[in-house]
Amino acid sequence: MEDWANLALDTATARGAAYADVRVIDVRQRELSTKNGQVGTMIESESLGLGVRVIADGAWGFASTDRLTRRGIEKCAAEAVAIARASALAKRHDVVLAPEQSYVDTWQSPFIKDPFLIPVDRQIALLLDADGEMRKVAGVTLAETGMVFRRREQWFASTIGSRIHQLKMQSGAGIVASCFADGELQKRSYPNSFGGQHALRGYELVEELDLVGNARRVAEEAVALHKAPQCPEGVRTVLLDGSQVGLQVHESIGHPIELDRVLGMEANFAGTSFLTLDKLNTLRYASEHVTVVADARLEHGPGLGSFGYDDEGVPAQCTHIIHQGQFTGYLTSRETAASIGQGRSNGTMRAESWNRLPLIRMTNISLLPGSWKLDDLIADTDDGIYMETNRSWSIDDRRYHFQFGTEIGWEIKGGKKIRMLKNPSYSGITTEFWNSCDAVCSREHWTLWGTPNCGKGQPMQTMGTGHGAAPARFRNVRVGIAFSR
Amino acid sequence: MPAKKKPAKKARPKAAASRKARPARGAAMASEWLVPRSEFERIADRVFKFSHAEETEVTVDATTDALTRFANNTIHQNVAEQGLTVSVRAVVDGRTARASTNKTDDESLARVAEAAAKLARWQPPAENLLPMLGKQKYTAVKRLFPATAAATPEDRARAVVRVIDLARERNQTTAGIFTTGVTQSALATSRGLFTYYEQSRAEFSVTFLDGESSGWAKANFGDISRIDPGALAETASRKAHESRQPREIPADRYTVILEPAAVLDLVGFLFYDFSATAVEDKRSCLTDRMGKKLFGNNITIWDDVYDPLQTGPPFDGEGVPRQKVLLVDRGVPKSLVYARGTAKRLNAKPTGHGLPLPNEWGEAPLNLVFAGGNTSTEKMIASTDKGILVTRFWYIREVDPYQKMLTGMTRDGTFLIEKGELAGAVKNFRFNQSIIEMLSSVDALGPAVRAAGEESFEMVVPAMKVLDFHFSEVTKF
Repeated sequence: MEDWANLALDTATARGAAYADVRVIDVRQRELSTKNGQVGTMIESESLGLGVRVIADGAWGFASTDRLTRRGIEKCAAEAVAIARASALAKRHDVVLAPEQSYVDTWQSPFIKDPFLIPVDRQIALLLDADGEMRKVAGVTLAETGMVFRRREQWFASTIGSRIHQLKMQSGAGIVASCFADGELQKRSYPNSFGGQHALRGYELVEELDLVGNARRVAEEAVALHKAPQCPEGVRTVLLDGSQVGLQVHESIGHPIELDRVLGMEANFAGTSFLTLDKLNTLRYASEHVTVVADARLEHGPGLGSFGYDDEGVPAQCTHIIHQGQFTGYLTSRETAASIGQGRSNGTMRAESWNRLPLIRMTNISLLPGSWKLDDLIADTDDGIYMETNRSWSIDDRRYHFQFGTEIGWEIKGGKKIRMLKNPSYSGITTEFWNSCDAVCSREHWTLWGTPNCGKGQPMQTMGTGHGAAPARFRNVRVGIAFSR
Repeated sequence: MPAKKKPAKKARPKAAASRKARPARGAAMASEWLVPRSEFERIADRVFKFSHAEETEVTVDATTDALTRFANNTIHQNVAEQGLTVSVRAVVDGRTARASTNKTDDESLARVAEAAAKLARWQPPAENLLPMLGKQKYTAVKRLFPATAAATPEDRARAVVRVIDLARERNQTTAGIFTTGVTQSALATSRGLFTYYEQSRAEFSVTFLDGESSGWAKANFGDISRIDPGALAETASRKAHESRQPREIPADRYTVILEPAAVLDLVGFLFYDFSATAVEDKRSCLTDRMGKKLFGNNITIWDDVYDPLQTGPPFDGEGVPRQKVLLVDRGVPKSLVYARGTAKRLNAKPTGHGLPLPNEWGEAPLNLVFAGGNTSTEKMIASTDKGILVTRFWYIREVDPYQKMLTGMTRDGTFLIEKGELAGAVKNFRFNQSIIEMLSSVDALGPAVRAAGEESFEMVVPAMKVLDFHFSEVTKF
């Protein structure tokens, strides 16, 4: 692999590249799913290729190939340089990168059980058991389960001398029970919607989730939702479970802090950001209860945003994004950091695979835990709604106005959960919402959630991100608007 | 992600690729990376040779794509990719599974064939698994345009430079993409089926920023000569200019005029509802509603891969020839689409819409074509006393799957209409709207065109004038 990377670097340099970096990436994936007692997806895939990124004539070029022969690699590297020269036709100034040291290192995400060594029949049997448990509940019309495992090995090399080898093992699993009755479809997921929980871990993650043990409960809740009253419309105190807080962080903090968005680079597709440069260190983003970090280090946890080095060869770091409510940091790359006068990238550039260009992507964007126990927080709430597990999510292209729906809600009166509510939803303006946060639960309720499907870029890239979060409380939130007539 | 479209009139632009620019040294055209058809046959034959399964299916997909991306009046990302994937489905003892690789040496092909068979042995017997198909007859479609395949980075860059020059002249800022590429695929079975398909793709999408306001336009065709970057840029520039200083008006129910891209990104959420498996699973909004009046009389929808404005192969994931299917006839859902296995299970006929096996989804119509009307957007505006003109929507998500309630935002050109005329820009709205109710409230239709958006794949849809569209909140810009 290193020979291929060196050949690409040598070719790019010989063709006139002032800078080049290469990623050789070898990915193996297994996807399994069941539906109503039958195996659905059963697929294994592998993909090996190489991507070359260069600066020539002061502009960027990128090319990728899976033809890993001397001729294929040389052609790919030459094409990257030629593309850079075409880019230079429309350049305003030469690309400038923030300085970075070179590194020669190897890094691996820790795991106990290699999921690819666990027999598929054992994995399928577990899914079918969970599937069967859900279907034992009368009223369940659709039971779905799934697992996905991904092993990604990467060799990075750059013309500044870095040679970095990284191995990531990712596992994920989840279940969903749906109930259709009387012209209404309700569902419950465990441990989270959209595929469950995902992390840089081995098969031990799946075993710890206890999918079978939770199957009956989620199925019963899906059926019970049909008899629950509708979430009311109005302005209420809202408590969100940890997974929903994680998605709220993702959409209304994680995306707006991407400096490429702020600088207009995503204006045609993902959008821009309300967090213009004048707001750095001046904006009161949130209440004093809110401290958010971007932390790619393993010390933070085995999140989907954890790594040793980003795809520009910058080491994993922890950056304070919001400190006790004050906005303090963006996610940066070597180019964007230099463009706003910062001395160094904080290491957030990642590419989906060998055939994609690295972009600024969320690492683990986490709300640090507070001090409340969840039971105490509910007991402290006189009149509110506790919402669990995301069902719908939407936010404008500058990340001001959002609306979320969750699968289930619980009305709180006098410090107690008194009844289930169906079709909960809430909406708001990002900074107003975060400034209304008056409580965050403690470390014992804190989970580093994995979001495996964050889309960004053209061509579209799907990336896994991590979001540590615990349940939190927000005051004066508009609820129920999604279903208002 | 949102969208908008450009009417597919026969614009004869000075499109970038119609120029005969010579590529610079090393700057590849997609055509240089094309894989000869004989290589697809060789790969399939090698897999069949190595496979010990009772039945074997081989899918080979080759992609050559390039994308020039610009923002802040400069090209900031410029990429090319080339790749080939071999996917093998094996059947062993009535069980089936799939494995794939992008390596085409004999050792890798033998390994992927064995991996598929090994996976299949591990799974329980599949209900309704049918024998693989033998030779089939297909309607020929020609969807590879040499001019698109011949486009170079310089071609794309020159077109982008002209757009950037326009932005600079007008003191605006532009961002967007110009992409070209070729997809080749083959599907073969050990029962003698071999079919090959190739198509080209060109897409130009552009946003203009004018201070705090923005405008957008996009087109997507197989033939690059049908794309006019200059005209799209003019539209985006004009919308950005006209969007300045938007007024805030209250969220409410309004008459809306939806440009084709806005229509596309809403109705695109309906496509999987026409899957017979989705109805069987009771997750479709058509559950218990087939044959009943659901939409207005002016709504008729087909799935038709052969429509001249459509793209895609004339066969499905198992090699079944695709059929034209009348999905909705004057407001009444008439037909669903069926994969082979679904058809057998439900005593219906396969329609050629099956997804590659094994899967839990069954099938889906991927070539929706709406019947259009003859009301121009200008006439729709002129006939509206008070309403909103929407360029495109953004971040659309499903709130209620059975009522088909969607939420999302307007973006890049939202205008008030008063007394039959455009009356300035308004701040963007959030909507919460049932698509079923929307398609029951269509007051006028424009001609159906090939629309390109960001939330849905391309379809043939008209602009629509819709009554009582529900905007629920307003954002800050």
